Amino acid sequence: MTEKKEEIRTGFYICHCGHNIGSVVDCPAVVEYVKGLPGIAVSRDYKYMCSDPGQELIAQDIREQKLNRIVVASCSPLLHEETFRKATSMGGLNPFYFQMVNIREHDSWVHTDKNAATEKAMDMARAAVARVRFHRALEKKKAPIHPDVLIVGAGIAGIHAALTLANAGKKVYLVEREPTIGGHMAMFDKTFPTLDCAACILTPKMSSVKNHPNITMWTYSEVTSVDGYVGNFTIKVRHKPRYIIEDLCVGCMACIDACVFKQKFEDEFNQGLSKRKPVYIPFPQATPQVVVIDPEQCLKLKTGKCKESCAEACDRKAIDFNQKETIEEIKVGTVIISTGFKSFDAKKLPQYGWGIYPNVYTALEIERLVNASGPTGGDVVMRDGKHPKRIGIIHCVGSRDESTNKWCSRVCCMYSLKLAHLLHEHSEAEIYNFYIDMRTPGKSYEEFYDRLLKEGVNFVRGRVAEITDWAMNKDEEDHLVIRVEDTLAGFVRRIPVDMVVLATGLEAREDAQDVRRLFNIGCGGEGFFMERHPKLAPVDTFTEGIFIAGACQGPKDIPDTVAQAGAAAAQCLALIDAGAIELEPNTAFIDEQSCSGCKSCISLCPYTAITFDAVKKKAVINEALCKGCGTCVGACPSSSIIQNLYEDDQIFTEIEEVLAHV
Amino acid sequence: MSEQFEPRIVAFFCTWCTYTAADLAGVSRLKYAPNIRVIRVMCSGRIDPQFILEAFAHGADGVLIGGCHPGDCHYIEGNYKCLRRAHLLKRVVQDMGIEKERFRLEWISAAEGDRVKTVVNDMVAQIKAIGPLRLPSRFKQWDAEMRELEATVNHTEEMTHASQA
Repeated sequence: MTEKKEEIRTGFYICHCGHNIGSVVDCPAVVEYVKGLPGIAVSRDYKYMCSDPGQELIAQDIREQKLNRIVVASCSPLLHEETFRKATSMGGLNPFYFQMVNIREHDSWVHTDKNAATEKAMDMARAAVARVRFHRALEKKKAPIHPDVLIVGAGIAGIHAALTLANAGKKVYLVEREPTIGGHMAMFDKTFPTLDCAACILTPKMSSVKNHPNITMWTYSEVTSVDGYVGNFTIKVRHKPRYIIEDLCVGCMACIDACVFKQKFEDEFNQGLSKRKPVYIPFPQATPQVVVIDPEQCLKLKTGKCKESCAEACDRKAIDFNQKETIEEIKVGTVIISTGFKSFDAKKLPQYGWGIYPNVYTALEIERLVNASGPTGGDVVMRDGKHPKRIGIIHCVGSRDESTNKWCSRVCCMYSLKLAHLLHEHSEAEIYNFYIDMRTPGKSYEEFYDRLLKEGVNFVRGRVAEITDWAMNKDEEDHLVIRVEDTLAGFVRRIPVDMVVLATGLEAREDAQDVRRLFNIGCGGEGFFMERHPKLAPVDTFTEGIFIAGACQGPKDIPDTVAQAGAAAAQCLALIDAGAIELEPNTAFIDEQSCSGCKSCISLCPYTAITFDAVKKKAVINEALCKGCGTCVGACPSSSIIQNLYEDDQIFTEIEEVLAHV
Repeated sequence: MSEQFEPRIVAFFCTWCTYTAADLAGVSRLKYAPNIRVIRVMCSGRIDPQFILEAFAHGADGVLIGGCHPGDCHYIEGNYKCLRRAHLLKRVVQDMGIEKERFRLEWISAAEGDRVKTVVNDMVAQIKAIGPLRLPSRFKQWDAEMRELEATVNHTEEMTHASQA
């Protein structure tokens, strides 16, 4: 080790964080205690260290007191390490002569015993003060940012982000697994609270995406592998075979007419309310306007025996039964994940009768049913062919429920109001809403609720117990009966209706965990992707260069989704236009003097950053490939690998010092 | 000495999962025993077996390692490397007479703040039940015993030399 005999002059600062730390940890006592530790030149407390005056305090002390080491005891380094490193360099010191002590998240917020918490703060401060002696000046590496962006999922979030970036002149790859872009929003009839039609505001954006010179739109495709790091990702995308040559198909649909099958397969886009053929186009405004053949249903693809009337009907010869999946590799610098949500499966609550009673519908089914281009052209006709005279809408199905999902799905109250309005408009039926609490926080949302109240929709406060067809009197015969405790009136009611709508909640996608692993990001306990910070970094993830937008991060409505998509696009732009990003210098290197050339480290590196120099008989670490996990360091039998910021000396000192108080 | 035994636990948490989970426990204001001192590493794969032995040697009553769940490592497979070392180390530590409750490896994801609480409280309770480890004072005792033994051996040797002469 290079040993310069410099006098260590450490500055120690403890933050009260208002009352957050100060009310549990005795900060002045810690200050006094630290004063007695070796190498301490300054020991202070301050109300808010992260504030401007707090940071200036550090910088000024460095200049005036000739400090060469800084320790700040405050919140988590994940929150403010960068802040205090900047303050350290503001004072003219290399920012890596700084160490942070987490006495808020790991101490004052989790302990109630003030003495024990103060003692813990002292232990941690002592360890940091000792550790920081071993710190060295480091330089941050710079990684160039590839200007292209990958967006995964082309619902309204992906579409909006793609257009924002493309309009800024950036090249975007927009990957969508379904045969068309548009996502859930394309299925909606109208949007709350303005009641403008979803298609009218979405489809122009969809066609802009398709025609934009800067957007490469890949539908029916999925990301299969992700390699690299911020600024320099290598992505593999699998194009599933459509059995249609996309460039040739003009969407005339002659093949669909010619197909030998009757319409007998469930139409996914219409939630199974209508049937389609094996060759189909998801909906009239689908983008791209290209048909797709379902290989599980197509006679030719399944059995090889069909007269291929579809291929005959196609005068552009666009049908290709021999199409195989292809894998394409692209390079991008940043990624936005906007994979959306999944609707709660109403089958999980059999007491509400979905899938048992034909006239029980999910909200998404109703969106299709009232849609002018839906299976009935907007006519509210039930599965039994009748028109409803009374409709009950049940809120919080798969939301705010210990037995299913604890969270509020945020959009259901509003879309229930919207559906109440639309169903009444289309059928003139009497509408009942069964709610726990009405949640209408949003611009013009409460006003919309008020409008519905005036329109004469009935509201019953109470969670519905069950839907049944057991009639107890003549009025209930041939009806579905909603059993509910009306908590405002204070008694249990039985309300006979013709149709029931379940306001199903929003959940994370079934394969969110796979996507999370693929992109090396995190999921919260509910399964939605986790943001780096709920308030200050809502579209960032813990992996640099990967951003999240829309309902994949948590339930949200269209305005919030669009806002978040714009934010994610802005984050990408910030990186791209900066041209490069500074990386943590926590990489490892080999001490050639002591390396014995045993090669134990080489096979351990997940990034093949370690090679063997056959001439010198030493291991060599390629710093550009090293991501700084330190696995090789932990395994080196001769301690010849050194990880910046996590050196053996630093950690052993920390171990010794946290225990020194025993 | 203090009237009630308060174990000292040194924890090594990887920054991406368990350290973040401990942050989440804080943000959620969960309360757990204050006996733990966390040392942050980038990955559980960084944890040198020597860290654990050193912690025990310096007076830790327990050592806890927290890493990402299998398959979730930020560095692809560092947690598997950690697991392999931990398996071996568990046996070494037990052979040294250190109870198995004192060394624990837990997978705690960034979303599992409540698990940090449960694991820490559980470990503190277990170690309270088995009592302090006191390795540093035991070392002293063993050293003294060794010196005594050496002295006896030397003495006997001297005696034999003397009788032979």
